[in-house]
Amino acid sequence: MSAQSASPSTLERFAVSSARRRRDRVARGSILAATALALIPLVLIVYYLLEKGLGSWSTGFFTTDPTGNTFFKTSSIGGIKSAILGTIEIVALASAIAVPVGVGVALWLVEYGRGSVFAQLVRFFVDVLTGVPSIVFGLFIYIVLIVGTGGTYAGYKGSLALSLLMLPVVIRSAEVVLQLVPSALRESALALGAPRWKVIARVVLPTALPGMVTGVLLAVARGAGETAPLLFTAAYTHLTTFNLGSFMNSLPVQIYNDVTSPTTAVVNRAWGAALTLVVMILLLNIVARLISRRSRVA
Amino acid sequence: MTANPIARAVSASPTTGGGRLLLQRSPLARLPDTVVRYGLTALAALILALIVYFFVRLVGQARPAFAKEGVVSFVFGNDWNVNAEHFGALPLLVGTLITSALALLIGVPVAVAAAIYATELSPRRLRGPLTVLVDLLAAVPSVVYGLWGIFFLAPKLQGTEQWVADRLSFIPFVGGGLVTIPNYFITGLVLAVMILPIVSAISREVMTTVPADHKEAALGLGATRWEMIRLAVLPYCRSGIVGGAMLGLGRAIGETIAVTILIGDAPQLGHHLFNQGYSLAAVIANEFGEAQGLHRSALFAAGLVLFVLTLLVNGLARGLVIRAARARGQSGPAAAGPGVAGAVAGA
Repeated sequence: MSAQSASPSTLERFAVSSARRRRDRVARGSILAATALALIPLVLIVYYLLEKGLGSWSTGFFTTDPTGNTFFKTSSIGGIKSAILGTIEIVALASAIAVPVGVGVALWLVEYGRGSVFAQLVRFFVDVLTGVPSIVFGLFIYIVLIVGTGGTYAGYKGSLALSLLMLPVVIRSAEVVLQLVPSALRESALALGAPRWKVIARVVLPTALPGMVTGVLLAVARGAGETAPLLFTAAYTHLTTFNLGSFMNSLPVQIYNDVTSPTTAVVNRAWGAALTLVVMILLLNIVARLISRRSRVA
Repeated sequence: MTANPIARAVSASPTTGGGRLLLQRSPLARLPDTVVRYGLTALAALILALIVYFFVRLVGQARPAFAKEGVVSFVFGNDWNVNAEHFGALPLLVGTLITSALALLIGVPVAVAAAIYATELSPRRLRGPLTVLVDLLAAVPSVVYGLWGIFFLAPKLQGTEQWVADRLSFIPFVGGGLVTIPNYFITGLVLAVMILPIVSAISREVMTTVPADHKEAALGLGATRWEMIRLAVLPYCRSGIVGGAMLGLGRAIGETIAVTILIGDAPQLGHHLFNQGYSLAAVIANEFGEAQGLHRSALFAAGLVLFVLTLLVNGLARGLVIRAARARGQSGPAAAGPGVAGAVAGA
């Protein structure tokens, strides 16, 4: 504003009244305060996790299984080896199921289905899947694979429940990335005589790959943190096992079990396990963000 | 047809032995295309079939409980008594609704404010880190929220809650009575933190679509920063923000483990806000392990009620977000859904 050239009267005319200026300042102040408020829980959680969690991290913590007798023998409650390995096994199998299926459905939606009525229907059902509470996925798998077959809890049943949970995240993110592949690329390949499937395999998928990896890693991170679907699909056990057909421990279920314990040492083990889980999930998130920053598409 | 030189060349080209055009692929060479096409279609159809199948099986498992109690008295009966084999889910339903409503009441204003700050007010350099920090809240697993809530937040806030409960004792269902460590309020508070990232991410996404013209016009007419936000940004984003809030509500309703740890798992209606109760998701997580017969069927029925409830809320939310996108003249799923950012926050 050219203050020198303006006469006092114009300045007065354009000036913002003090009431409006005050309201502006109050509103901006409260927005800033609310933003700070939003960050307080994060700071508190990270601080408390580090303080409590690091305290229970010890040399034997990652290399021993939890022991069953936790009430009297507070000194030897064991570590979380079976929980870490179980989480890795269950989530790996869940990703092996959810990623190919999810990417396949996303490919169909973008390359074949497009705006058709059936594609709209599939999109709607994917949205439905996104909203289904995680514990209901556990119920689904329980009904079909445990009530239905008369079997018991098993690691692979937990994986199936988690893969249902991860599926919509994979489909949604892959679809968004696939849509960003320039159609000129597809058209050039088709014009050169490449069949449709080869265009998908050699042109569309490689172009979209980095973006899709981001979505997949985020889905994995989501699956790794879930407790509810595992409670009555993979259940809880102390022992490390590499047999996906038997009961299998996992970090979230271990934490959930330990939270309800009356013994301080066991609760401390829950903090140690929680810190481990958060670090694992954060690493996945950071890698996902780095990859998405590198990729040209998305 | 004949105007197209390629089509003319194709139709004019000599046929090979089997009456096939020279530029056409042999049936064998077309096979992989057909396989991929129908394979992917089958995969998409599988998703549909799977959900319908699961739903039908869930209804089948819930039927004994509905048959004994009647659907209406199961949902609205105020008596969840496992020993007497009497199952009315009202205490659970009320617990779910109270805690989710609290989560919205506390979480949405903060989330929207954080989104406004990140898109309109913050220095450009702060924008990225701020977004990442709020999104980080989504990376914390729900069991860790439960752990933190029950061992840190609940004991720390108990004194304050008691003070508030005493001051507000004249309001029924809010004040008066003794504050228990696990209660509705603390559950709602932690749920508010948990839905913050998704509500904030969607609000942010909608706010970045506000045309610069609108904002510049408001500022050009002499509006202050806040008046610009109130007159140009918020009305434009209203349905998008409401949609995001509804998605957060869906998340809060379905949240299980954190609620199970924080709500106290008492199978009756709490007398007031600072009393312990139960929720639909928590009852399944807590009782499923040892449930038999009718009890188990009742838990499946609770799961069905929960499923239908989240379906309704999410359907409403999607409708609002899509309508907001349409109103802005955008189309396509990228504009309609929360997109990658939504998926990120959703994770």
